[in-house]
Amino acid sequence: MRDTFTRCLEQEAARNPDLVLVTGDLGFGVLFPFMKAYPNRFINAGISEQAMMSMAAGMALEGKTVVVYSIGNFPTLRCLEQIRNCCAYHEVKVKIVCVGAGFVYGTLGMTHHATEDMSALRLLPGVTVYAPADAVQTEAVMQRFLTEPGVAYLRIGRGGEPVLSDPDTLAGYQTGKAVPYQDGTDAYILTAGGILPSAVGAAKLLAEAGYSIGVASFPTVKPMDEAYLAELCGKVKVLITLEEHTIVGGFGGAVCEAVSGFADNRARVVRLGMRDVYSSIVGNQEYLVKHYGLDSASVAASVQAVLEGKA
Amino acid sequence: MSFEKSRDLSYRVRRHTLDMTSRGGTAHIGSIFSMADIIAVLYADVMCHDPHNPQMPERDRMILSKGHAGAGIYAVLAECGYFPTEELMTHCQNGSRLSGHVSHKGVPGVEASTGSLGQGMPMAMGMAMAAKMNGQGHTVFCIIGDGECDEGAIWESALIANQYRLDNFIVTIDFNKIQSLTSVENTIQLEPLDQKWATFGWHVIRVDGHDHAALHAAYAEALAARGKGKPIVIVADTVKGKGVSFMENDVLWHYRTARGDEFNAAVKELEAQQP
Repeated sequence: MRDTFTRCLEQEAARNPDLVLVTGDLGFGVLFPFMKAYPNRFINAGISEQAMMSMAAGMALEGKTVVVYSIGNFPTLRCLEQIRNCCAYHEVKVKIVCVGAGFVYGTLGMTHHATEDMSALRLLPGVTVYAPADAVQTEAVMQRFLTEPGVAYLRIGRGGEPVLSDPDTLAGYQTGKAVPYQDGTDAYILTAGGILPSAVGAAKLLAEAGYSIGVASFPTVKPMDEAYLAELCGKVKVLITLEEHTIVGGFGGAVCEAVSGFADNRARVVRLGMRDVYSSIVGNQEYLVKHYGLDSASVAASVQAVLEGKA
Repeated sequence: MSFEKSRDLSYRVRRHTLDMTSRGGTAHIGSIFSMADIIAVLYADVMCHDPHNPQMPERDRMILSKGHAGAGIYAVLAECGYFPTEELMTHCQNGSRLSGHVSHKGVPGVEASTGSLGQGMPMAMGMAMAAKMNGQGHTVFCIIGDGECDEGAIWESALIANQYRLDNFIVTIDFNKIQSLTSVENTIQLEPLDQKWATFGWHVIRVDGHDHAALHAAYAEALAARGKGKPIVIVADTVKGKGVSFMENDVLWHYRTARGDEFNAAVKELEAQQP
């Protein structure tokens, strides 16, 4: 996802002379091609995320499209009020990128686990939240991310994620649209971000147990695709949300908010993710995903328990 | 020179803002009075701006980072002709566009909304950075508070502005020595404040922030320092509540609203100073 991001960024920079890249002293190697190609449009703000975010807003007030790059919680929670006051309230084109969604930097410890960022960014008026699942989805959302008005947030992985999305399906992607992966009649597993393979794997395991499970991913978490959720609520009684992130106020929370507002055809929503805890477990992304019950086998077991009335 | 224009403007700013905060029942009159002479000098004689064309591309930018003194900016803008002075009486009234902390929404002449300390200065710095990138010749002015210098983002910005040699960026510190609960000295000491900024790489000017002749000279020096590789800071020694004897140097007037006899006494003192 990260390499796709930088490639798309460089393409847009070639098209838009007002695009500026600002980093909080991160992106070693990754940002070098941009720095070389556009040295006058690259700012290293140092390890100063709060000033960096306000500065980005000031530049954007002068007509720049400012892409702010960092990792983990540094471009989000560290400077959340600056995003709110300086960026979102001023309705400027500041585009915030977090590399390291969820447990991407798992072994580095809880400071580097981006597990509350979607909740935090989602609650700010005027901020669009993108959480693509793989490189294909990243490429699909990048044009929208960089060119639509206002503040946007993009959370991505570091690279090497399995590609499950179909480029043809994603062509001409519109912000706010869910991407169906497979249909089902018993339940749907809905995902945001790089956890999609767990949902697909779980659906496969459940198929072997005789269940028909649909899967869809949401490259845009805000605005939520309520029309698609309404459609699903007319088809199945259970929606499972799956995210490498807290279940409080994140993607699952967004689905709950939407579904609870439907006048009829409501489904039960069961949220899978971090259950309101920080991880102090040491382990890589795969290890932590499994520890918190977000791998295919664990998700399949959770879904089966719900469908059998045991959870 | 007698600096009649800026002296008259500073009087009008104090007179309006006394009415505005009294009518609105709002705070920060001490913080407004301490910077009244600074903004009067800036808007009367220093900045390039056009009330009839607030978005003029070549205008100088001004961000009030100590947004709690926003009534002062509204007053100076209205006196300059950005909007009718009659609107000032809607300050902090229900349905008004003039909020207690300065807002840019629908208010001509206000570049950005502030109020959360430590955010206006880096925003202004971003504007200065963009001006450099665009090859534009205007200057970005910013006023910060002394208490605001407790914020880490002020010093982050001081480092970044030096690194990128933003010599089109002029920050003025309203150094009135009193913050929210007590004096600056008894809160987080800042002195030697001018030396701190100098070691951060800034061109530092220290001035009496109520002496119009000195302020004009300070801004003339600051404008002459543009293009010489250093961001510029003016440390303006000021008096909180300047202009009304019983408000001066009293932390009470960070929050208190003048009403009744106090209001009448303040009006009398100010009107006695009318140029």
